Formats: sequence, C-alpha cells, structure tokens
Amino acid sequence: MNEFIQFLGEPIAQRSLWACAVIGFANGFVSALVVLRRSSLQIGTISCALLPGIALAILLFGLMQMSILIGAIIAGLMVGLGSLFVSRTSKVDHDTALSIIHTTGFAIGYIILIRLGLQQKVDDWLFGSIMSMGNADLWIAYGVSALAILSITALQRPLLIYLFDPRAATAMGIPTRAFSYGIFALIILVLVSSLQAVGAFLTLGLLVAPAATMYQLTNRAGLMFWGGGLIGGLGSVAAFFLSYPLGWHLGATIIVVLGAIFLLAYIFSPKYGLLQRKR
Amino acid sequence: MVNKHICWGGDHSHHHHGGHELQVQQLSACYGDVVALQDISFRLHCGHTLALTGPNGAGKSTLIHLLAGLHKPASGSILWNNTPLHQTRHEIAFMPQRSEVDWRFPITVRELVEMGRFPAIGNWGALGKHDREIVDKALESLHLTHLQKRQIGALSGGQQQRAFLARALAQEAHILLLDEPFTGLDVPGMESLGELLQSLAAEGRLIIASHHDLTSAPRIFSHCLLINRTLIDFGKTTDVLSPQNLLTAFGKQHFTTTA
Repeated sequence: MNEFIQFLGEPIAQRSLWACAVIGFANGFVSALVVLRRSSLQIGTISCALLPGIALAILLFGLMQMSILIGAIIAGLMVGLGSLFVSRTSKVDHDTALSIIHTTGFAIGYIILIRLGLQQKVDDWLFGSIMSMGNADLWIAYGVSALAILSITALQRPLLIYLFDPRAATAMGIPTRAFSYGIFALIILVLVSSLQAVGAFLTLGLLVAPAATMYQLTNRAGLMFWGGGLIGGLGSVAAFFLSYPLGWHLGATIIVVLGAIFLLAYIFSPKYGLLQRKR
Repeated sequence: MVNKHICWGGDHSHHHHGGHELQVQQLSACYGDVVALQDISFRLHCGHTLALTGPNGAGKSTLIHLLAGLHKPASGSILWNNTPLHQTRHEIAFMPQRSEVDWRFPITVRELVEMGRFPAIGNWGALGKHDREIVDKALESLHLTHLQKRQIGALSGGQQQRAFLARALAQEAHILLLDEPFTGLDVPGMESLGELLQSLAAEGRLIIASHHDLTSAPRIFSHCLLINRTLIDFGKTTDVLSPQNLLTAFGKQHFTTTA
C-alpha cells in the first residue's frame, strides 16, 4: 500500500490519472451517440481498422506522432466510406463489406508492423498503454475531448431529433447529411485519440458501455451524454486505483470495470433491471 | 403573429383563394435510372384531408417524401402560397411510418412533442414560456397530458400516433404529411385517428397521407389522389375511387384481392 501511495506522488502517476479521467469522460460522453445510433459494431470494426492505417503511415513517414495520427484517421475514413462504397456498388451488404475490409486491413497492418520489428508497439496499440502516452498524445486527447463535448452540447437539440427521427429532422431543415458525416468524423477522432490509452481492441468498450449503462437507467436521451461521461470518467479512475495494487493491465481494467458497472445496471436498474422485470 | 401560419377557426380556408394553397406542378422523381413518379400535378387548399392511393410500388411513399423535402424531384415544383414549399420548412410536419420509429429510444412523450418547437427556436434558443404553453396545449388537445412523462414505447399504437400528431401541432405546421398512418392500428384505433385527422383539417390544416386501404379511404379523406407512377385521377374521394379508375390503377389485381 505504501508503495502505491509513493507511486501516486510520481508525475507519471498523476498524468495517467488525469488521462484516465479525461479520456474516460470524453469517451463516455460520445458513447451516447454510438448507442443511440445503434452503430456499435460498425464502430468496433473501424477501431480495429486503425491498425493498418498506423502501419502504412509508419512505413511511409517513419515513427512520428503526427504520421500515426493522420494514418489512423485516413484508415478509419477509408474503411468506413470504402465499405459504404462497396455495398452500394455490389450485391454485398454493408456489414459484410465492412467485415471483409477491416479484417483484411488489420491483417496487412499486423504483417507490416511485425516486419518492421515493432512488436512492443503493436501490443500498445492493440491493448493500450496510458503510462506510455507522451505529452503530444495527451494534448491531442484533451483537445479532441474538449471538441467532442463542446460540439455535442452546442448541437444537442437538433442532434437528438436527427438521432431519433432522421426523416422528420430533414423535413424540419436540419442538415442531416452533414450531421451523419460529422458524427462519423467525431467518433473516429475520439477513437484515434484514445487509441494510445485503451488500444484498438478495447476502445470499443469505452465507447459503448457508459451510454449502454445509462440507457438502462433513464428515459431521457439528454442525460445519456453527461451520465455516460460520468460513468466513463469515474469508472476509468476507479480502474486506475484497482490496477496498480492488483497488478492488472490498466487499459483492460478500465474495460472490466465499465463492463461490471453495465452488469450492475442490467440487473438492478430501478426501471428496466432484470430484477424489476421479474417482479 | 400567432395566426400567421394556421387559419384556426374552421372553414374560412375555402374562401381565400391564392393563399394557403398547395400547388404541385408536373412533379417527377427518379431513383437512379428508374422513374418512380412522372408528371404529377394537383392543387388543394388547406382545410382538407388528402389520401395518396395506388397499388404497391405506385410511388405513394415517394410522393410523401418529395413533399416533405426528403428526396429531390427530378423536375417540377411544389408551391405553397405561390412560394417554393421548402423555403418555408416550418410549415411542414412529417410523421414517419410506425415501423421506422425506434420505440425504445430514451425519450418521453413530452420531449417528443417539444421537438416540434425546434424550427421556431433553432439551435441555440431555449424553450421559453410561450413554447411550453404551446407544448402543453398540444398535449392537452390530443389527450396526452397524463401520459407526458411516459417513455414512448410504453404507449398503445393509437397513443403513439397521437404523440407524433402532437409534435406536428407543437410545430404549428400548416401541412401534415403522414406516411401510412393507419397501418398496424386496430379498427377503433383507425376510426379515432380518422376523426382526429378530420378535426385537425377542419381547424385549417392540410392533411396529406399515403394510404393503401381503399375501403376506409372514403370515410376518412375528403380528397384522393390516385396514382400508379403517373396521375390517374384527383378530386373528391368518392369520385376518384370509381370502378373505372380503380381498373386503370390496379388492373385486375384489385378485383381478385380484397385490397
């Protein structure tokens, strides 16, 4: 225990704690968009597709912060838009196209990264490593978090109309096409910025579980954003305090804690919980 | 200001010619190379209920979507009081098909109705006292006040339709566009929704609904637009649904099924 308190005094521990709180909150906030749009599987495939983007960027420009970021954004967009394009121009449906493109891309990225001798880095990108986030990583994550929270809060009213009833939203003159691309771009930015923290595999949990928990607790969509943010932030901070004494991987602990919170809501929610329904 | 959009107070609407008239001129629509609708023209004053009927694939939904501005026409124009309808979007309220709504969405009846105030208050404005009164009135006139805190999935089919109508009332829209509103309702539900639409029209609105059930159409709608990709007939419902017209629209299909 003493050792842990000593560790908390270190700058790296404090940095990581802040990173957990901010990244957890921002992901939880944005997770409401993912859950209300019912697009979690789509987002999951895109998060895995970030790996080949990173690999290509490193191959072309070397191991630099900016190249990794840009590569990941381009890969996310390519898989997202590419699958849409394939499904529109062939018999194959969107989910099928998405699955093929993202697994193929993932495989290519993995081969490239291993051939480049970046085994350790690959682990970080797949499962995350908050401790090894550099200053630039952190500032990008904070910037994206602020952007996400501000833009969603500012546009919350038309956004909810769009999410609930896109056709009526269009009829009311809400620019629904711009919204759908904007949401997609915002989610990719959040994915990329938290890639270092929880990794391509686990980041989906952070982008779904908080709002999915709120979904079982409230009838008010507006509450899902702030509630999801609180659950994501507090859950990540709790995971930080658990992971060190237990010797668990931090990124994985965050996802386990959020999964456990979801399970509690699933069972005990006063409105929609399993126990309530049985009664 | 209050009376700017809706001519509350009954049948005066028939008299002001040149105003409050929907005018559709030579409207056509395509999906890729497929022509979905061709050369549809009609004009109708507010205060009426209009059914868009025709066989499956005749373009009923396409026409509703064109009127709602969800799909761009290939050619032709839609005018409301002689100006393009889609320049006055707050005048149109669109009601989706029941099957297209996510009934588990975390939203209460009141919040759904409040959405109708969006065109008036915009992105940044707050819901003021005036808006809340309009929402209260809309809930009250559709007998939803006691249900306003319910999640929309916890309502009956008829109540769900009324909740969406209440949103249209809160929007103070002049034209209500409904996509197959009677689908999935039981007979009492159909009848009360039919009466409701008639009373909303009598207050000076223009109600337009796609509707596939020919037997109930004359009881519900004053006017009817019969299409099968092109216009077959338009006018009073009883005149339009003549045996001759139905044969043109449906071919022999109509007489071998109970449609």
